[in-house]
Amino acid sequence: MSWFKRVADGITTKSKEKKYVPDGLWEKCPRCKTITQMSDLVENKHVCPSCSYHYKIGSHEYFNILFDEEKYKELYADIESGDPLNFTDTKPYTARIKDSQNKTGLKDALRVATGKMNGVKIVVSCMDFSFIGGSMGSVMGEKIARSIDYARENHIPLLIISKSGGARMMEAAFSLMQMAKTSAKLALLNQEGVPYLSILTDPTTGGVTASFAMLGDFNIAEPEALIGFAGPRVIKETIGKDLPKGFQSSEFLQEHGFVDFIVPRTEMKDKLSTLLKQIYSKK
Amino acid sequence: MTNYLDFEKPVEEMVEQLEKLKETQAKGKVDMSDAIAELEKKLIEIKKDIYRNLNGWQKVQLSRHPERPYSLDYIHQIAPDFIELHGDRQVKDDKAIVGGFGTIDGQTFMIIGHQKGRNTKERQYRNFGMPNPEGYRKALRLMKLAEKFKKPILTLIDTPGASPGLEAEERGQGEAIAKNLMEMAVLKVPVICVVIGEGASGGALGIGVGDRVMMMQYTWYSVISPESCSSILWRSWDFKAKAAEALKLTPDDMYGNKLIDGIISEPLGGAHYNPAEASEILKKEVKKLYKELKELSPEDLIHKRIEKFSNMGSYKENSNLSA
Repeated sequence: MSWFKRVADGITTKSKEKKYVPDGLWEKCPRCKTITQMSDLVENKHVCPSCSYHYKIGSHEYFNILFDEEKYKELYADIESGDPLNFTDTKPYTARIKDSQNKTGLKDALRVATGKMNGVKIVVSCMDFSFIGGSMGSVMGEKIARSIDYARENHIPLLIISKSGGARMMEAAFSLMQMAKTSAKLALLNQEGVPYLSILTDPTTGGVTASFAMLGDFNIAEPEALIGFAGPRVIKETIGKDLPKGFQSSEFLQEHGFVDFIVPRTEMKDKLSTLLKQIYSKK
Repeated sequence: MTNYLDFEKPVEEMVEQLEKLKETQAKGKVDMSDAIAELEKKLIEIKKDIYRNLNGWQKVQLSRHPERPYSLDYIHQIAPDFIELHGDRQVKDDKAIVGGFGTIDGQTFMIIGHQKGRNTKERQYRNFGMPNPEGYRKALRLMKLAEKFKKPILTLIDTPGASPGLEAEERGQGEAIAKNLMEMAVLKVPVICVVIGEGASGGALGIGVGDRVMMMQYTWYSVISPESCSSILWRSWDFKAKAAEALKLTPDDMYGNKLIDGIISEPLGGAHYNPAEASEILKKEVKKLYKELKELSPEDLIHKRIEKFSNMGSYKENSNLSA
């Protein structure tokens, strides 16, 4: 015999009330719960038509949004992660990589492509958050370094779209040194006078923020993205207080002078190409 | 009174024994000199044995030893005419990073280092060696000053990380560190960096891009502290020793992985047993490294520095491993 008897109904949804939504046809906004047809969402650059929530998207979607006629050439696609430290936490690093590769169909957390954006030739490095939180290991560092070299050698403007939790712990100091490596390469790009646009999306934190993501000639953010060095949880634990509303948001960073402007994804392509046309014509 | 770490127990016991013997000797009743000499020899043996076989976590503990020399201790020893220069010219003077010109055996250096505090009050004053953005900006200002006057730069790294706080974020911690990484890569003067204690993450690297990056014998350098690594990957602080092993953060590992350029030895048992000797070793090493670097033209320095960091990484391409 139990001590308590449930009087009210439990929190369950009766099967006849369940709304079945097949995968991939419809998408439910995590913020306003509006359900949008997938084709409409793609049309609207993966931004909720009702509340402007920016869905988290990956390199595939960004490339299609930015490149004319969705045409581009992928570069350095064959680079894959090693396991320099034989790292094992709750599972071996190599197994973690394999699992992520199988799950996402990606090789690692960043892809590079070149093509035209409203007629302007560009090279884009774009992160995939779905691959171990977009974490930066040797592969991301190397690909970014090469994309910087590519931009410098061909005098093509560079975009890096960041969406990352920061350094990849399983590569420890190797991943730390990618910060120095990418920043050093940017110093060379700087000397060559080729523009670099850093696009900050939700989230951009840790070692990515403390290196190339903050080094753009232009730091440009999507609305309401989380952007910071230390993660909000760490800061909250350190100061022992709740964080103010909007702390570390794109708007907060613009207010404090670290972001040039905020652009909705729906207007991104046109605004970026206008900016590039203002400042740069290939030598 | 020395603070002994748990793995130093045998040393502690023997030192106590030794003191007792010496006391008896001093009272003058029995001649103990033979026994004392014997024990002293044994003490050295046992120390050698313990410190030769330290694991990652034990080295982390030594790097944080409360009596370990900090940046200013070394600076005053190796450059007695050191003049500290304050402030980033924007916001304030960050006490967690110190810097200024000083002469090391006739050669002026710009010396910059993280600074920790020795007691509670000092630790707070120094923010536990965790710099805010203005600390990194001060460091960069001083490095540019060194470049202007064509003086080599020596940085001493000893931080548990850059400060995670409201104000640090408001003033752009990420941007400040990032800027240093980029600017240090193209400094026209020789840059020597030495990890003298803790080398935690971007907070360490923020003054750590150099032509020669060295680690002292009982220090660590990685992307995260073993404690934080443990709490993220194992969801508990209890695996810090395991995390320390997994992170391969010791000088030997770092050197083996070609992520640093060399290791500077310390007095037996660690720098705190003999700070004067530790400073002397550091000074000698810095002079030697500078001698190698001063022959290079600014272009060569920058080229080689960028080349070195560009080669760091481990990945496969077309299934060929490159590390």
